[in-house]
Amino acid sequence: MAEQGKVDPMHQFLIEPLFGTDQWTIAGHNIAFTNSALWMLISVGVLFAFVAGGAKGQTVPGRWQVMVEGLVGFIDSLLAANVGPKGKKYVPYIFSLFSFILFSNVLGLLPLGLFGIHPFTATSHFTVTGVLAILSFSIVLIVGFARHGLHFFSLFVPHGTPAWLLWLIPFIELISFLVRPFSLALRLFVAMMAGHVLLEVLSSFVISSANSGVLWGAVVGLPSFGLMIAICALEILVAGIQAYVFALLTSLYLNDAENLH
Amino acid sequence: MPQIAQLSATYASQIFWALIFFGFVFFVVGRGFVPKVQATVANRDKQIADDLAAAEAARRAAESEEANWAATSNKQRAEAQALIAKAKAEGTKASEARLAQAASVIDARMAEADARLATARAQALTEIETVASEAASDIVARLAGLSVEGDAARAAVKEVLHG
Repeated sequence: MAEQGKVDPMHQFLIEPLFGTDQWTIAGHNIAFTNSALWMLISVGVLFAFVAGGAKGQTVPGRWQVMVEGLVGFIDSLLAANVGPKGKKYVPYIFSLFSFILFSNVLGLLPLGLFGIHPFTATSHFTVTGVLAILSFSIVLIVGFARHGLHFFSLFVPHGTPAWLLWLIPFIELISFLVRPFSLALRLFVAMMAGHVLLEVLSSFVISSANSGVLWGAVVGLPSFGLMIAICALEILVAGIQAYVFALLTSLYLNDAENLH
Repeated sequence: MPQIAQLSATYASQIFWALIFFGFVFFVVGRGFVPKVQATVANRDKQIADDLAAAEAARRAAESEEANWAATSNKQRAEAQALIAKAKAEGTKASEARLAQAASVIDARMAEADARLATARAQALTEIETVASEAASDIVARLAGLSVEGDAARAAVKEVLHG
């Protein structure tokens, strides 16, 4: 909160170094451990505990194991549907991608502010989503050129392209291909940020209207609060959907790289 | 917007920690646990498929066993029926033979008895003839004082007796 009684919707995205601000550097770049890194660590810890708890390998699974097996089976069938049998080897990567994003998104939504802890959504920063998007895009490029060599460029000439359009279509396809990492990174970052900003703005309505009196509190504050509850539910949905979209698009791009068109 | 305002100050830290933590997730969770979970699921599916196949095989075996048993029992029943029929036929034949034997013995005895009766009767007749001829010669001797030869008397009696 910037000032008394004011809510700064952007404050939640502020990166605050926790330690290592001065001394931790790699090649002159500061790699201080920030609140962003802390919440990534928390996501990873929760994810690790979740998967480790369900990887017991029992023939008759317990509830926890069923959840973990369901998550793995979900990614498995996603890749089987979009890439086919060749997609099997990408299950670890897509699973890591999906679950890392999902846990970061959901943990960032936890109402821990009630206890004075401010959750930080690492996926609301394009520096983080960009890393994931560039990783995915690099894998697509490496797999594509390793499997098909220069033939991978035939990706830019879709089947059924009329001959007289051959001067234009590859150019458009190339642009759409090159935009992929940006669209991956920006979609996730924007979706996470927009939801959080919206919640924060609505909460500032609630606080400001309640501070200006009972009448305004009832007229503006209560509907805003109701809307906040609905948008919280929507945000939980968005957290899952964006993780799914990221995993789905990556698997579609991998399909291009594995099977061309 | 801190994402852009803090970009130059924080990008190195953000990228570094994102790579560190995502790398940990990929290598430890993704490559460590996920294949294990997949193997568990695959094992379970395989075990279920194997169990189903085994149950199916056992069912087939039971069915063929039952069919075999039915065939064997039918065969044995037919054999038993044949045996019974044979024994019945043999019994009938044997009893017929014994009846025939017994009948022949009885016939023989009856024939013998008839023969004996006939003999006895003939003897009796001859005795009666003798007695009658003696009596006749006696009577003749007494009444007429004639002595009749035995043979003549016998012939005369025979003539009277037999007409």
